[in-house]
Amino acid sequence: MFRIISRETLAAKIHLFKVEAPAVAKKAQPGQFVVVRVDERGERIPLTIAAWDENEGSVSMVFMEVGATTFRLAQLQAGESIADFVGPLGIPSDIEKFGTVVCVAGGVGVAVVTPIAKALKEKGNNIISILGARNKDLLFWEDRLRNASNQLIVTTDDGTYGRKGVVTEPLKELLESGEKVDRVIAIGPTVMMKFCTKTTQPFGVKTIVSLNPIMVDGTGMCGCCRVSVGGATKFACVDGPDFDGHQVDWDLLAARQRIYLDEEKRSLEKWQAEIARDF
Amino acid sequence: MAKVNLNREPMAKQDPKARGRNFNQVALGYSDEQAKTEASRCLQCPKHPCTDGCPVEVNIPGFIKAVLDDNMPEAVRILKDKNSLPGICGRVCPQETQCEQACSLAKKGAPIAIGRLERYVADWEQGNSGTMNAEKEPPKRTGKRVAVVGSGPAGLVTAADLAKLGYSVTIFEALHVAGGVLMYGIPEFRLPKEIVQAEVAYVASLGVKIELDSVVGKVTTLDELLGDGYHAIFLGTGAGAPMFMDIPGENLNGIYSANEFLTRVNLMKAYQFPEYDTPVSVGKRVAVIGGGNVAMDSARCALRLGADAVYIVYRRSEVEMPARREEVENAQEEGIHFRLLTNPKRYIGNESNRVVGMECYEMGLGEPDESGRRRPVAKEGSEFILDVDTVVAALGTRPNPLIAQTTADLKTTKWGTVMADETTGKTMKDKVWAGGDIVTGSATVISAMGAARRAAKDMDKYLRE
Repeated sequence: MFRIISRETLAAKIHLFKVEAPAVAKKAQPGQFVVVRVDERGERIPLTIAAWDENEGSVSMVFMEVGATTFRLAQLQAGESIADFVGPLGIPSDIEKFGTVVCVAGGVGVAVVTPIAKALKEKGNNIISILGARNKDLLFWEDRLRNASNQLIVTTDDGTYGRKGVVTEPLKELLESGEKVDRVIAIGPTVMMKFCTKTTQPFGVKTIVSLNPIMVDGTGMCGCCRVSVGGATKFACVDGPDFDGHQVDWDLLAARQRIYLDEEKRSLEKWQAEIARDF
Repeated sequence: MAKVNLNREPMAKQDPKARGRNFNQVALGYSDEQAKTEASRCLQCPKHPCTDGCPVEVNIPGFIKAVLDDNMPEAVRILKDKNSLPGICGRVCPQETQCEQACSLAKKGAPIAIGRLERYVADWEQGNSGTMNAEKEPPKRTGKRVAVVGSGPAGLVTAADLAKLGYSVTIFEALHVAGGVLMYGIPEFRLPKEIVQAEVAYVASLGVKIELDSVVGKVTTLDELLGDGYHAIFLGTGAGAPMFMDIPGENLNGIYSANEFLTRVNLMKAYQFPEYDTPVSVGKRVAVIGGGNVAMDSARCALRLGADAVYIVYRRSEVEMPARREEVENAQEEGIHFRLLTNPKRYIGNESNRVVGMECYEMGLGEPDESGRRRPVAKEGSEFILDVDTVVAALGTRPNPLIAQTTADLKTTKWGTVMADETTGKTMKDKVWAGGDIVTGSATVISAMGAARRAAKDMDKYLRE
């Protein structure tokens, strides 16, 4: 069992859990993920590591309530435990001196991007970050990402905070401005990552994305998370989750993410009804 | 001398129609009377060819005699002296090619049903827990620590053997439950998970520590374990990485590796969705590609999940099928359709990326290949479309590369298996042994256990020096 040290609600239905997992904290690196299972009846889902503290023996993850597992996780309080917390899994992000790196974070993706931006900045890169959300209420970690960057641009779809629009607009302007961009890292919803790669492609700037297909074991055993990259099948759990975004078959990824839409809905409704009954 | 009895005692099974819709055990086990009757057929050959046919050298005539003498605790003791996992072996060992094949009565077509008797003894112990006194005296502690990676059949046996010899053993398991393929691979109706967990609990009762959720290669490495004070390591991580055919359409929704399909169903209990959160998507017409035990297990699971028609699609003919005869028969009885000498060419999807058909070749058999079996050859122009909405690829597995990738001096073959001495299991890396599927590629539970036993012996010898 893995104890929840503390929890914090960052925005509507978006939570940060700090979990006691010393062995994982000792090995975690930017870009890696954990697989969690709430309890005996739970499914295994991957969540990207947002922060870790080796001295404290803690690992933090940020998630949005979307399905049964994240809904059930959100019911847990500090001091309670999660049955399983496995990691750190996946290949860590490439942290080298590239020059100028544009880090694009969409929605919950900011929790994944921040440790990567921080590590890249420490390596001496010039970090320009673009943080986007649907509206002001869904924005979080602006300060953390700002600290991990040399420059930060914030957008909201509805203009309630920062610049009105989507992240691809400032991204395109940056590339057109003649600023020498050596690498782009785009992490967020699948559709956002897809459009970031479409934006950077004409400029020939290497664009790294972190893919989030459905997984079961997360260790290369089942092949549920297979994605097509450059025409070859890869397992996101062991070959990724970071890939060259220009090589990714986005339509396949999006289709595979929808395999269990009906079942996910049924499962979520069952748990919502169960919890409503308990009150 | 009494007349030799050639009437092998049959074992009751659930009716094929009923069992095709539930996950309860298919084979129901012997009654006390049946066990006695079967035990009475044993000739008690002084040369015990059966024991020689057993990879872990169980004293078979000994435990059968104890059954006949109504001394069940003694039967358990004899069995467990060599086999820590009898409830598992009694159910899934291919006895017909091992102990039973060697039985003196096999020549007369009626070998003693050793597997059924083994299961009977193991189940008796389960039902009478507490009547067995724990191991004799606790062994003298050696003060040495051993790490076992993987808690499948090989890992459990090595851990049990070394614990009995006084070593402090810790098993590191990647999944959230111990048992490896016994938990995620073999279905409930063939091997109840309660039985596996009871045998895991027995291994733990010997003093073995089991660290779940620990992916060696990620959370720690072999070199770190050795640096942390482990005196030796056994690798029993199996062959857990699925293979695909690399044909068009293989990533369509509804196409599973057998590993994923069985993991969802068995380990995650998707057959109890939505009581359990993990779903599995089984349509009306399911094709399972392959002819091994894993293919039979997948097909029979698909049937139990409500499919109308389930096909085994196999590129060779029935005689070349690697599955146990008994499992092929069970599948046939349940109504699984066998499309032999058939192989997929490509998969066809619909607008939402779901598989809706599979184009297949008819196959012919050519000259024998390196496996000694006749090589299947596609007949050009024979293509036809099989109407399916779910596919399970049971094409075999390879070892997971995570450990080899993080251990520079562990040598592997081109198939990704770890190079180890055949008799001792010693790898090319100092202080590291390996056994089971990680060395041989996919094989059987009992062969992994045999390799584990030999490795444990060699590890003990090394650790004593």
